[in-house]
Amino acid sequence: MKVTVTVNGSQVAAEVADRTLLVHFLREQAGLTATNVGCDTSSCGACTVLLDGQSVKSCTVLAAQADGCAVQTVEGLASGPDEMHPVQRAFRAEHALQCGFCTPGMVMATVSLLAENASPTEEEVRSALEGNLCRCTGYHNIVRAVLAAASERRPS
Amino acid sequence: MIPAPFTYQRAWSIDEALELVARGGEDAKFLAGGHSLLPLMKLRLAVPEILIDIGRLRELSYIRDDGNHIAVGALTSHHDLATSGLLASALPLLAHAAGQVGDPQVRHRGTIGGSLAHADPASDLPAVILALDATLVARGPSGSREIGAGVFFRGLFESALEPGELLTEICIPRPQPGGWSFQKFTKRAIDWAIVGVAVQGSSVALVNMGQTPLRASAVERALASGAGSADAAAHAAEGLTPSSDLNASSGYREHLARILVSRALEESVSRA
Repeated sequence: MKVTVTVNGSQVAAEVADRTLLVHFLREQAGLTATNVGCDTSSCGACTVLLDGQSVKSCTVLAAQADGCAVQTVEGLASGPDEMHPVQRAFRAEHALQCGFCTPGMVMATVSLLAENASPTEEEVRSALEGNLCRCTGYHNIVRAVLAAASERRPS
Repeated sequence: MIPAPFTYQRAWSIDEALELVARGGEDAKFLAGGHSLLPLMKLRLAVPEILIDIGRLRELSYIRDDGNHIAVGALTSHHDLATSGLLASALPLLAHAAGQVGDPQVRHRGTIGGSLAHADPASDLPAVILALDATLVARGPSGSREIGAGVFFRGLFESALEPGELLTEICIPRPQPGGWSFQKFTKRAIDWAIVGVAVQGSSVALVNMGQTPLRASAVERALASGAGSADAAAHAAEGLTPSSDLNASSGYREHLARILVSRALEESVSRA
């Protein structure tokens, strides 16, 4: 079937098999490979993207379900090649990653959280990231980065 | 891992969904948020030949105050339940429990109707609607019919929905004044409950203590005859035969049920 998705502001249209998952559409049709396939069982969150503004695990959404919708991936966050989104900047500043595999999903889950709750408590950050697993850094620096990004975004 | 091949069809109205499922027959299944069905399809535990996507039926996503009861559209997401101001005041048990399902990403996609129609005894919301004495509304080729939550869950992954019927609404009576609680025990935050319990006033329902969500009848009888929380909770596993699996033995589930029912009754009393 033909699927058309607005990915990071640009229309991507492709003829795909009905069973194509959104994460494969993003990686193979849109050519955006930052969104990782981790567990492939909707547990790890490495494939988290925003679908019409809400975080979803793109390994558990059909490309057909996203037809006509808007998707944002981590590639679409920064406003230019030399810029970083405040959440990306905070992850770098707080050393919130080691291998980086979970990072695109962590960042997108964070963007979704901060869109709904601009000033989360540490506990709220921890529960908002319960669907995203990190196997190397651990969570302390990630939580610190989310809190830093939140305070940077807040008008003082 | 991708599902086995199937044909995807999208319904733009309830009538179209019913037509498509009638045409598809036994090989067709409705797809709502897909967060129960798609994982099963990847594992080949479900192999439907036709998926009818009802995700665009926005008319089935609502939470409405109908006076004596609250009407919830079957396609309302867990996230919308958890963040609804109306539910927070009228049915805090449902709002709170919906906020405990899976994780934020799952709650953005998963729907109450999908969860109920899937009839997994380890899911949170089936036990909640049982404790709330909800009525489910299904539409089929010959019109709508109402099914009480107490007779909706027939067996493991088996509901009272007939082939060709679509769950459209969950109708929940406003509870009598009283407390409520939802407790579940999981190994990791996002896991299914090993055991869970939903309490609304003197109604007590259990997650994952049998082939279906169950009312803890022995606990309810003890409460009705004046027992305190701790004494009533001792009856939590009475007459039940929970399964043994990788996560817990049957005996451990019985132990968890007594502990969780005790905590839930105490919390409920403290909120009353």
